[in-house]
Amino acid sequence: MLIDFFLHLKAKKLPVSTREFLTLLEALKEHVASNSIDDFYFLARTCLVKDETHYDKFDQAFGEYFKGVQHVPGLEADIPEEWLKMLMKKHLTPEEKAKLEKLGWDKLMEEFKKRLEEQKERHAGGSKWIGTGGSSPFGHGGYHPEGIRIGGESAGNRTAIKVWENREYRNLDDTVELGTRNIKIALRRLRRFAREGAADELDLDGTITGTARNAGWLDIKMRPERHNKVKVLLFLDIGGSMDDHIKVCEELFSAAKSEFKHLEYFYFHNCIYDYVWKDNRRRHGERFPLWDVMHKYGEDYKVVVVGDATMSPYEILQPGGSVEYSNEEAGAVWLQRMLDTWPRAVWLNPEPERLWDYRHSIELIRSIFNSRMFPLTLAGLERAMRELNK
Amino acid sequence: MRFEGTDTYVATPDLMLAVNAAITLQRPLLIKGEPGTGKTMLAEEVAGALGVPLLQWHIKSTTKAQQGLYEYDAVSRLRDSQLGDEKVKDIANYIVKGVLWQAFEQGKPSVILIDEVDKADIEFPNDLLRELDRMEFHVYETRQTIRAAVRPIVIITSNNEKELPDAFLRRCFFHYIKFPDKETMGRIVDVHFPRLKQNLLREAMEVFFELREIPGMKKKPSTSELLDWLKLLVAEDIPPEALRSKDRKTVVPPLAGALLKNEQDVHLFERLVFMARQNR
Repeated sequence: MLIDFFLHLKAKKLPVSTREFLTLLEALKEHVASNSIDDFYFLARTCLVKDETHYDKFDQAFGEYFKGVQHVPGLEADIPEEWLKMLMKKHLTPEEKAKLEKLGWDKLMEEFKKRLEEQKERHAGGSKWIGTGGSSPFGHGGYHPEGIRIGGESAGNRTAIKVWENREYRNLDDTVELGTRNIKIALRRLRRFAREGAADELDLDGTITGTARNAGWLDIKMRPERHNKVKVLLFLDIGGSMDDHIKVCEELFSAAKSEFKHLEYFYFHNCIYDYVWKDNRRRHGERFPLWDVMHKYGEDYKVVVVGDATMSPYEILQPGGSVEYSNEEAGAVWLQRMLDTWPRAVWLNPEPERLWDYRHSIELIRSIFNSRMFPLTLAGLERAMRELNK
Repeated sequence: MRFEGTDTYVATPDLMLAVNAAITLQRPLLIKGEPGTGKTMLAEEVAGALGVPLLQWHIKSTTKAQQGLYEYDAVSRLRDSQLGDEKVKDIANYIVKGVLWQAFEQGKPSVILIDEVDKADIEFPNDLLRELDRMEFHVYETRQTIRAAVRPIVIITSNNEKELPDAFLRRCFFHYIKFPDKETMGRIVDVHFPRLKQNLLREAMEVFFELREIPGMKKKPSTSELLDWLKLLVAEDIPPEALRSKDRKTVVPPLAGALLKNEQDVHLFERLVFMARQNR
């Protein structure tokens, strides 16, 4: 019975190993837990799950497997938020859809601003306020022929004109370990060993020289140990057209996070402007001015930008071209500023290389980056790392 | 040996089970959780409850795995040799025992705390794999093998600053101390302030959990901060009325500095209070 349970967990993509399973069996043999299902749940979790980010997955898998055995604790909690939100989505009849008046674009923007000001608290349902579900033109998961989408999936209707992803972009999951091994190896090319920090290693050659100079009296020389001192700044494009590349970006992020000791990462959307952010759920509450980032991390940092560079050329060339807010200076100005601050920079593009020539925005960014754009494949990654090491 | 919580430490059933599993099967227990949820305290309390010695190893960014086993103090031996000290003939005089060695030679059960393992270099946990697995290691300089007669209980804490290698995780039990709910928190406060006025406690807890709910908070106040704050409230003899709910949203609670440790959080909070006052 328990072997099935173990295989079920594996099938649910929990990273469990045979060794951990044997530990669980051993613990059961030693009667660590009583025979209640609650205790078994806790014991199985402590033996098999080694990261709290997997707790949710484990709860679901456990519940599924022991359904019908008995009421299981933990199952009722932690239903994914997205799922709940989509449940709220109203199923509108075609008649109702027709009834929604089609507001013009300008009017839509105006209305949106007005309602943002009016709205004071979170709201769901209804047909006027911004929130989830409902048939107001604003919010997400709802339906309006010319609506503005705020956060989340666009409910399959795909009629939103402008994306206002207010908070729902999910953070890149850096726990994906599958397939990251190769990426880690590629990233290792960036290692640069240097002696830095506390002097705690005996410098034998130095000591001999020093002692000789000291007329035979011992003169001990110490030196710091060798460390990988490469410093990396990672900028990740998130949302919009990047949704198709989430998996490969997760893998890269996961590999990079465990490979470099000095790694800082920031998110942006489409092109980099005045602000970047670190946590997607709080991207509007917690923004980092790019100026501060440029001042904080010196030119010894190497910069890796990951993005598909697929956007309207206006977003790069025109002030105010951002899809998110009115930017005073064009994206190109900011990109150039970045390159001036960090001369060692590459752009990794998850789009296939053969498509690059057909997209104007890719061409633009490529020329700003002096052709230092590489495809997000293993080979491309190796080329990029070699470029960074020059 | 079983751990059932202590007079000064409230352990939830799942935490107790994890500790007991680690004691029974003699494997390391890895503890994670929000700062201030009592990760380091746990080791002290387990050692206290079982009546065994506690050996602490606090990890810094420069800590090497070898330092937990032993260090060969070559420098002082070199110096002694220059001065013609007799000690110098025996290399064993210059072997400095680390925390693991000390625990291994106890000859009776003990608790080892490896605190904040994520502070160290990425390779650190990997370098300890075999030593924690077999509870033995070889001293190259004196050609002896140190083996634990009784396997110590190993408790490792992590603050999630770095990911730990899979091979290391597979050998541990894992427990994530989640932030206590109101009921558990009540019990924790009871343990620390047995004679606290009930209404003061109730009001204080309301304020505390409301503060934690504020979105955009950089550093949420934790259990240890609540306890500090209560201590201050009691010391200053603040009446419960001062925390009364009707004007809670419009006044900054007394001594809030004990709860909010970040300038931006204080600003955020003051702005919220200001807004609430205007909307009245």
